[in-house]
Amino acid sequence: MKIAFQLNGQPVEMDIEPRETLAEVLRNRCRLTGVKVSCGIQVCGSCTVLVDGLPVSACTYLAYEARGRCVTTIEGLAQNGALHPVQQAFLDEFAFQCGFCTPGMILTAVALLQEKPTPTDEEIIAYMDGNLCRCTGYWPIVRAVKRAAHIMRSREDPR
Amino acid sequence: MRDIKRPGDFRVVNRSVPREDGVAKVTGQARFTSDIILDGMAYAKVLRSPFAHARILSIHAQHVSRQPGVIAVLTGDDVKGTLNPYYGHAVKDHPLIAIEKVRFVGEPVVAVIAEDELSALEALEEIVVEYEELPAVLTVEEALAEGAPLVHERLYREGSFRGFEDPRPEGLTNICQAVRVEWGDVDEGFARARYIVEGEYSFPMAYAYAMEPYVAIADVREGGVTVYTSAQHPFMVRHDLAEIFRLPLHQVRVIVPYVGGGYGSKSYTKIEPLVAACSWKAGRPVKLQLSVEEAIVTTRGHDARIWIRTGVDAEGRLLAREARIYLNTGAYAENGPLVCKKAAHRVIGPYRIPNVRVESYAIYTNTAPASSFRGFGAPQVTFAAESQIDELAEQLGWDPVDFRLANLARRGEEIHPGLRPLDADLVEDVRTAARALGWGTPLPPGHGRAVACSASDAGAEPVTSVVVRLASDQSCTIFTGSTEIGQGSRTVLAQIVAEELGVELEKIRIVASDTALTPFDRSTGASRTTTLMGRAVWEACQDILAQLREMAAEVLNVEPAALTEEPGGIRWEGRRISWGEIIERYFRLPGSEVVGRAYLRRAGELARLPVFWEIGCAGVEIAVDEETGVIRMERLVTVGDVGLAIHPAMAEGQDLGAATMGYGLGLFETLVYEGQQLVTTNLLEYRVPRFSDLPKEIQTILVQNQDGVGPYGAKGGGEGALNPIPASLANALARATGVRIRELPLTPERVWRALIASPRGGPRGGKNR
Repeated sequence: MKIAFQLNGQPVEMDIEPRETLAEVLRNRCRLTGVKVSCGIQVCGSCTVLVDGLPVSACTYLAYEARGRCVTTIEGLAQNGALHPVQQAFLDEFAFQCGFCTPGMILTAVALLQEKPTPTDEEIIAYMDGNLCRCTGYWPIVRAVKRAAHIMRSREDPR
Repeated sequence: MRDIKRPGDFRVVNRSVPREDGVAKVTGQARFTSDIILDGMAYAKVLRSPFAHARILSIHAQHVSRQPGVIAVLTGDDVKGTLNPYYGHAVKDHPLIAIEKVRFVGEPVVAVIAEDELSALEALEEIVVEYEELPAVLTVEEALAEGAPLVHERLYREGSFRGFEDPRPEGLTNICQAVRVEWGDVDEGFARARYIVEGEYSFPMAYAYAMEPYVAIADVREGGVTVYTSAQHPFMVRHDLAEIFRLPLHQVRVIVPYVGGGYGSKSYTKIEPLVAACSWKAGRPVKLQLSVEEAIVTTRGHDARIWIRTGVDAEGRLLAREARIYLNTGAYAENGPLVCKKAAHRVIGPYRIPNVRVESYAIYTNTAPASSFRGFGAPQVTFAAESQIDELAEQLGWDPVDFRLANLARRGEEIHPGLRPLDADLVEDVRTAARALGWGTPLPPGHGRAVACSASDAGAEPVTSVVVRLASDQSCTIFTGSTEIGQGSRTVLAQIVAEELGVELEKIRIVASDTALTPFDRSTGASRTTTLMGRAVWEACQDILAQLREMAAEVLNVEPAALTEEPGGIRWEGRRISWGEIIERYFRLPGSEVVGRAYLRRAGELARLPVFWEIGCAGVEIAVDEETGVIRMERLVTVGDVGLAIHPAMAEGQDLGAATMGYGLGLFETLVYEGQQLVTTNLLEYRVPRFSDLPKEIQTILVQNQDGVGPYGAKGGGEGALNPIPASLANALARATGVRIRELPLTPERVWRALIASPRGGPRGGKNR
């Protein structure tokens, strides 16, 4: 079947099999390998991408459901070579080690900050609870989300 | 190697510089094995055994070769008599695909190679395997019972990297390895003891859950084998593949891209032989990507039953310790023998104990193979040993921290006769942890706190080599066999080069873990990379500097002693001359290079094993909900005694990550078999720590006494902080509620049942400590 959607700001059109997941289409057809598949059953969050700004698990989301929508992957986050504040904050706080969960983690954080620009620790923990990380012990990620919130606020309100 | 630089003297080292792999990892550009597609690549899928123990009577698979998209089918018959199909770095007992028999549910029996994964999966459905079921042994007790069926009916050859000298067991039994450690006179020690505590502890079967499941791509053709794989030890994998395909080492190339988590589970050889055999059969490059469900039955951590008895005199001095350890090593040896050996050493603890007798056994069963898991036997035995230390303190009426302080070995003392003396100040480490926890201050009811510690003989065999190239434009390339598994090895090695050669971090390239390019390194594990590869890199830099001094002297026509060195070059007649300029003037060609190298082996400062004692020291405060049995972590304190933190933020990150695995194992992680079948088959059933499990307060403390044999006195970390956590949790629970639980994990149900059954009348307030 043919589908069309916005991918990282660009319109794309392609022929897919109806059974294909969004993760398969993004990884295999679009070669956006920043989409990482781990548990395969929507538990770990490593395959998280944004569909119309909301986090979805691409491993269990059928690609055809994305037709007409806006899909953002980790590759689409940096603008004109400048890292997104969440990406920068993950670097600054050493909020990853192996990096396998990181694309999904960053995209979930982007969605969180879209919804709640100044989240509390509890709100970060609750929102991010569907993303697993086996390396960091999570606390550096909480710090990174808070730092990103701070960067984003100071950019909007440069007083 | 002696270097007198102290914290404060460093320019690059001992600072939390940006990660070398950072931008690649936050932008999705970091390439993992699963991201690689080779020209003409086919895909394999695996049919696995539904039985724990069975004879394979027949495999009806040839008809699927005619299905669309199917390229080839691989079974044990293909590899028997053609390849050397049995591998194993310790014991060569592991067939790369089942041959004649299956020994656990999930063992690969048939592989289908197809143009795409779906065609391979569909073909698997059409294959019929006839089995004759055999009696199975699923637990250590069953495996050791009189007349128990044998998991292996024959003896196998020893592998090349067993890692220790104790003899292998004789005769045909289910004992994969037995290790005995003894000194002093244990019976006499117990005879003199005033108090004796004895207990049996059990530790759960664990899954490391590296988020990237096992994946490998093999290209086997005339002239050699090339494998891309998610492996911690590329040179160990190369060795096994060379033996399987009867090739010289140089014809096997193992390339490791970024690795999505290891924690020991990707040490040594895993699926690479199977994938390589698929490529050999298909005549095409082949990728095999396992799912988490398949990864769980590929390697797991050892569940263990540990009996310990410890005696003290009336003054609270430890007199004797006796232990028997049974590790369920599953169907194949993998690294079980070494885990068995390490467990025997590590159960003794970092204490002065004059009389010790330990027996440790790794037992074959018809369950998924167990192998290295972060901590290597230490998580299991430290749970038992450090629980018992608290139980002893309670018997004596002593404060458990004071009891530890009184008995801990001091720096320079041998905690294990014949091994390297203790290279750490554990007394101060334990005090630091206790202080940070607020030891001695009142706690609310239902709260408890505890501190525990461990010392692991770490570093493995100190055989490591490295090449560093410095170019005339002051840029540098490090060729290292150490694998970046998230621990930050690339960053740390670059920092050492930047520190020594005065080059900018941005001008250092790392070429890592490609056996065709990078010099031999034994392994990335046992917390050895910063200590050993770091030291080798430091020595290679000194090799470069020695050459540069000679070159400078020749170019400038002076005695080398007359030169004044500064970072990145020299000062000569008031002018700074960079090393790059010296190189260019020496060779009289831009772009020319100086090559430095270093080899480490068991000699000199590294003659005595272990390479270093890896310290574990941590404490927790918990709150117990006595209505539900739920344990909440209020505080977590880790003390990372790392000699010198080359990168403090990453060193602390290792400790927090390890401690988090520790409380996962302590509180909820467990693989469960019901009969032959694993029932915790995926991430829904196997519960790992998540954001909402975060302790309310976390403190990661680094201790930097520069007392290791690594560069600038560094020692490894990464495993240590895991080891003391499970015992800390059990001890804190006992102090909060009076209930002692000797079996992990401390799930709400287990805690609640213990509270209800408590002879002290169930839930009560905490001791205000």
